Amino acid sequence: MDSKKQRELLHLLEEDSRMSAEQIGKMLALPTEAVEQAIAALEEEKVIVKYPALINWDRVEDHPYVNAMIDVKVTPKRDVGFDEVAERICRFPEVKAVYLMSGASYDLSVVLEGKTMREVSTFVSQKLATLDSVVSTATHFILKRYKHDGIELEDRDEDRRMVVTP
Amino acid sequence: MSAQLSVKSRLSSTVASLKPSGIRRFFDLAASMEGVISLGVGEPDFVTPWRMREASISSLERGHTAYTSNAGMLELRVEIQKYLEERFSVSYHPESEILVTVGASEAIDIALRAILDTGDEVLVVEPCYVSYEPVIRLAGGVPVFLKTTMENNFKLTPDELEKHVTPRTKAIIFCYPNNPTGGTMTADEWKTLLPIIEKHDLLVISDEIYAELTYGRMHDSIAALPGMKDRTILISGFSKAFAMTGWRLGYVCATPDLLAGMLKIHQYTMLCAPTMAQMAALEALRHGRSDMEQMIESYRQRRNFVVDGFREIGLSCHEPDGAFYAFPSIAATGLSSSEFAEKLLMEEKVAVVPGEVFGESGNGHIRCSYATSLEQLKKALDRMERLLGKLS
Repeated sequence: MDSKKQRELLHLLEEDSRMSAEQIGKMLALPTEAVEQAIAALEEEKVIVKYPALINWDRVEDHPYVNAMIDVKVTPKRDVGFDEVAERICRFPEVKAVYLMSGASYDLSVVLEGKTMREVSTFVSQKLATLDSVVSTATHFILKRYKHDGIELEDRDEDRRMVVTP
Repeated sequence: MSAQLSVKSRLSSTVASLKPSGIRRFFDLAASMEGVISLGVGEPDFVTPWRMREASISSLERGHTAYTSNAGMLELRVEIQKYLEERFSVSYHPESEILVTVGASEAIDIALRAILDTGDEVLVVEPCYVSYEPVIRLAGGVPVFLKTTMENNFKLTPDELEKHVTPRTKAIIFCYPNNPTGGTMTADEWKTLLPIIEKHDLLVISDEIYAELTYGRMHDSIAALPGMKDRTILISGFSKAFAMTGWRLGYVCATPDLLAGMLKIHQYTMLCAPTMAQMAALEALRHGRSDMEQMIESYRQRRNFVVDGFREIGLSCHEPDGAFYAFPSIAATGLSSSEFAEKLLMEEKVAVVPGEVFGESGNGHIRCSYATSLEQLKKALDRMERLLGKLS
């Protein structure tokens, strides 16, 4: 499979990970087996990491949760730089994402999820801020998610076309 | 009683004799039903990319609300010139050979009106867009239809062309990549027609509105072939490639004498194309390429899927190399395309356009637009299969 088709395949799965190999094969003019092999190889190489669903938790009742983004300033360590502390932060299950940032007054951006604001702030003050390399933290609570991973959560795009046109 | 003309005679005889569009009746039927899956839409299913919408909004905020020059903003014509040269190797001068129109539809109208005298014949390659025949008649011309068939992949052959030329033939009009068939023509195929076009000194009106939507091979413009620029009126626009149908923005390119004629009609009837649409078009040509490429990739995937699907449910379907239509044959059912389309709508709630709307040689086929979501395409195929089961 050429790299262009491989990219197309990845885009299709990114859009709908439940799309069958048979259907992908039809769309890319490839045999089903070739698609299956390519997907297996991409999984093996960890290009495809996981097949999660994008859930709008705001619409789920009785599911209290809050998200926060924490700016974390750290002291990098000789030889391992930021990696050691970043990996340490990753291990907490409350942590949803960790990014190393450029151009900011902090180093790591950490996305946290908790049931309540108190839970999040307790985590920050007791677990995160107390790590050796962490110099300071600033917590920003997320009020509403409008778009996530390229997808608008409250999709207002409807088909406004007439039913039949020449 | 006041002396009043009857309703019929208040219209000109030309207008009174025009047939209403065959698509209209179908639209009324489909629009009155709930839960219809439509493969009958002749436009992209993408909303105009935000980049273009934003450019237009911003131009309004800055107060660009006045007329532009009759031929359209020079900046836009310069971009059109660069674009056509880069993409299709045709070269038109932005100041004397390019005119920005209100959609390709206006371009078709003014091109025909600029060249036709009463009784002049125009060869129309069928199946074709529904407006060619009425617009030719409105311009006083006489349409003469050339047939193409599935066996030929809906390509125009030299025999078919030669057979219909008469001393009154002034021009030929066609659309490749084709609506409704998805057929295309290669440079080599064009070359087989050139001797006949030259021998009979025909003008060529080439509607290239689907030029960007080809799969596997770049579009070949007939205007790019040696000697053809002088006799070709090239028509295109932004609707299909950039998903900008509602903006109504197109353009026409021709040698200065022809263009001056068209400009006369345009300046008296239209003055200029809408300024805010021209602003969006400028953005499309300058920065819209990647948006366009993404849309084309998605059409290609859906084309592959749907053509496969038709064949699996037993409809023969040629490989459409362009546009976003498949044109499968339903001849095996023994029904006319209108009968089939009506049954499909009434019994299975799938709207397609019967091929005969696009001319006699479209009969036996249905036009299915695959510019709709995969989910809808899958459901439509299932429902068609069910109907075919009932019919067999």
